[in-house]
Amino acid sequence: MSMNQQNDPFADTGDSDSQPTSYIHIRIQQRNGRKTLTTVQGVPQEYDLKKILKVLKKDFACNGNIVKDEELGEVIQLQGDQRVKVSEFLTTQLGLSKKNIKIHGF
Amino acid sequence: MSDDLGFDPSLKKKKKSKKVEDGSSESTPVPELDDMLSGLKKKKKSKKIDGDEETNSPVPDDLTASLGDLTLKKKKKKSLKNVDATDFEQQLEEAGVEDVSGSNNNATIDGESSNGDEEGIIPYDDLLSRFFDILKKNNPELAGDRSGPKFRIPPPVCQREGSKKTLFANVQEIAQVLQRNPEHLIQFLFAELGTSGSIDGEKRLVLKGKFQPKQMESVLRRYIIEYVTCKTCKSMNTELKRESGNRLHFLSCKVCGSTRSVSSIKTGFQAQVGRRKRV
Repeated sequence: MSMNQQNDPFADTGDSDSQPTSYIHIRIQQRNGRKTLTTVQGVPQEYDLKKILKVLKKDFACNGNIVKDEELGEVIQLQGDQRVKVSEFLTTQLGLSKKNIKIHGF
Repeated sequence: MSDDLGFDPSLKKKKKSKKVEDGSSESTPVPELDDMLSGLKKKKKSKKIDGDEETNSPVPDDLTASLGDLTLKKKKKKSLKNVDATDFEQQLEEAGVEDVSGSNNNATIDGESSNGDEEGIIPYDDLLSRFFDILKKNNPELAGDRSGPKFRIPPPVCQREGSKKTLFANVQEIAQVLQRNPEHLIQFLFAELGTSGSIDGEKRLVLKGKFQPKQMESVLRRYIIEYVTCKTCKSMNTELKRESGNRLHFLSCKVCGSTRSVSSIKTGFQAQVGRRKRV
């Protein structure tokens, strides 16, 4: 079976079969001056956002809070550009796959 | 570099032609060869020619003349057959000429040329490589050369306008090269950068916030991957269509004809920056 799959050109390539409908979006916004804001949108419901935020704040040495949006649910806001660090945290600590995380911004 | 490479084989061939044709046509084939080689740019090609046996040397002028002005693939196939024929004839003639002095030279010339004397067979590999050389020279698109000058994307030009705004001067140009609606590109930029902006009188984009050209480049790259390149054949010659029935965007490739759906641009969550909303 495994041999079959290797040679089958019509087999699923992997990126299409598990097309996640709910991405985690990590965005950045510019504030005044050199200051920036990182938002994390779409963390799955089963995680406790408050606890995550507490760890993130401690780890990245920044402030942050949780914003409740009517359409998009709860969103984590962090001060500064924490995009790479957040995605690293989500993959290593929470065990989310990198495919589900989208980093936006420049 | 290529000149040097091109020069060496011609020297070699000079020697050979001397041996074969008793110096009668010694002067003519060499400059022709040089012409051929000077037209070639890549190292690879010149090497290939290097590998060609001297059976090719008297012919190339005819070849290039007959193939030079043809543009269609169909015609080319036909003409190749013709070329084969002319090649063959010429070789026969050569063989006829050589018959007188051939008995002396056969010992010195390597095996392949003696084969040529018998049947006029040019090795398939040589024919194939020569065909592709000519095809590459005349219309490289058919030979699978993807890096055409058509899809060179100009680097984004960013200027600061005041202290808080960035002027993105060549959005229109970039959108044109990518064959996309500038509106679409601008919408993507706004969503990705988390800002807003406007278009000024000269159709330049004014973005709120400070952005370096390098940053814009990375965003543009993401746009190209997401909304321009064909996933199947990696070509950038694509078209973005909006289906009126289901309001979805579809990317159709002009090269391989495949279509895929693309997600619409979503701004997502925008944090409140600056002044708060008045409740």
